[in-house]
Amino acid sequence: MDNKSLVTIAEYSKEKILYMLEMAKQFEKDPNRKILEGKVVATLFFEPSTRTRLSFETAANRLGARVIGFSDPKATSSSKGETLKDTIMMVSNYADVIVMRHHLEGAARYASEVAPVPIVNAGDGANQHPSQTMLDLYSIYKTQKTLENLNIYLVGDLKYGRTVHSLLMAMRHFNPTFHFIAPEELKMPEEYKIYCKENHINYVEHTDFNEDIIADADILYMTRVQRERFTDMMEYERVKNIYILKNKMLEQTRPNLRILHPLPRVNEIAYDVDDNPKAYYFQQALNGVYARQAILCDVLGIALQDIM
Amino acid sequence: MNKNKQALQVAALKNGTVIDHIPSEKLFTVVSLLGLEHMGNNITIGFNLESKKLGKKGIIKIADKFFCDEEINRISVVAPHVKLNIIRDYAVIEKKEVYMPDELRGIVKCANPKCITNNEPMSTLFHVTDKDNGIIKCHYCEKEQKKEEIVIL
Repeated sequence: MDNKSLVTIAEYSKEKILYMLEMAKQFEKDPNRKILEGKVVATLFFEPSTRTRLSFETAANRLGARVIGFSDPKATSSSKGETLKDTIMMVSNYADVIVMRHHLEGAARYASEVAPVPIVNAGDGANQHPSQTMLDLYSIYKTQKTLENLNIYLVGDLKYGRTVHSLLMAMRHFNPTFHFIAPEELKMPEEYKIYCKENHINYVEHTDFNEDIIADADILYMTRVQRERFTDMMEYERVKNIYILKNKMLEQTRPNLRILHPLPRVNEIAYDVDDNPKAYYFQQALNGVYARQAILCDVLGIALQDIM
Repeated sequence: MNKNKQALQVAALKNGTVIDHIPSEKLFTVVSLLGLEHMGNNITIGFNLESKKLGKKGIIKIADKFFCDEEINRISVVAPHVKLNIIRDYAVIEKKEVYMPDELRGIVKCANPKCITNNEPMSTLFHVTDKDNGIIKCHYCEKEQKKEEIVIL
């Protein structure tokens, strides 16, 4: 079992989060360093994800590491019936760290218990995606200059949105006020509202989405409302155009407001928003590289002082 | 007279453990949970016996076997109110109850079909997050289940 693996953001204390953000900040100053020279990073994507994989691979490459891996599970021995444990044990012979995405929940946790090298969870089913949360936190930290006492508005699919659940839990250390904006069918599940109460996190729920409601937001985190998630198609038709952000809606918002989206963006952010300086979703993706550089170094035992 | 005949049905133990007040419908699950079918000891199993408390109960007497807490607490998942009598030289030297441990290893199946434990040769592991309400959480997929809904492996 390797304690240095990153399986879920819940394992990070407040101090650890701030430490990792500081590390990401150092990497943003200079992302091209040889600090991982001689290391091999394996990206094992049992489930496809171009964005996350490219982000991790860029992070590794810019730090001088070499990358091996696969992104099509049909081409791997898993399709021949090899167990996950055997695959992990085999790849541990070749790589110093394994970044894995798997369609089954708990896969990364299990891998971290059997692998002799650190595991970085790049997404396990509908469960955790800690590197996304780290880059979301870094984006908030960069644009707001702090994580404390912010008004964070989560919009769209709050029921199935893995990234919003994870962000909610990570922010518990920082006294946020959350605003949940979602259609009735996709509202924030009860277990997370209970989580908020237990952790003294203030929250307000809305079903409307308009310029008045978002006027006090510091962060507007947009997610896609997917047709497939609805059991009632008439309900979907009724709400599909409500949770769309248009440029006009941003006129009365705070100057420090930034719009985040885990991407891919479909129609929930209108294209006329892209030129607004408050649109931050593409820089957010770039922050992913720095956050993932910090993660790769941390699991390999490289400390902040080693990179300053 | 009838009561004596019923008492004779389940013979006295010289040394060993008696597990009493097992709800009848849980008896064979308890046998399986303790792995009794793999033991060589002298074992007496009573099924559908009369009980003032439960109506019908099961009872297990295992000769020359003494369980450690970890072994016996596995029963708490299906039969939390059993009573144990530890016997030495035909005398009850200790009475015990079972209690819900903090972890359940290899006993409960995860109800999530997308959990790694249902798709890979490995043991399950649950953390008991709420003993009063009987809520357990899978160590791997992190989904919670109620005690009443669980399936024993």
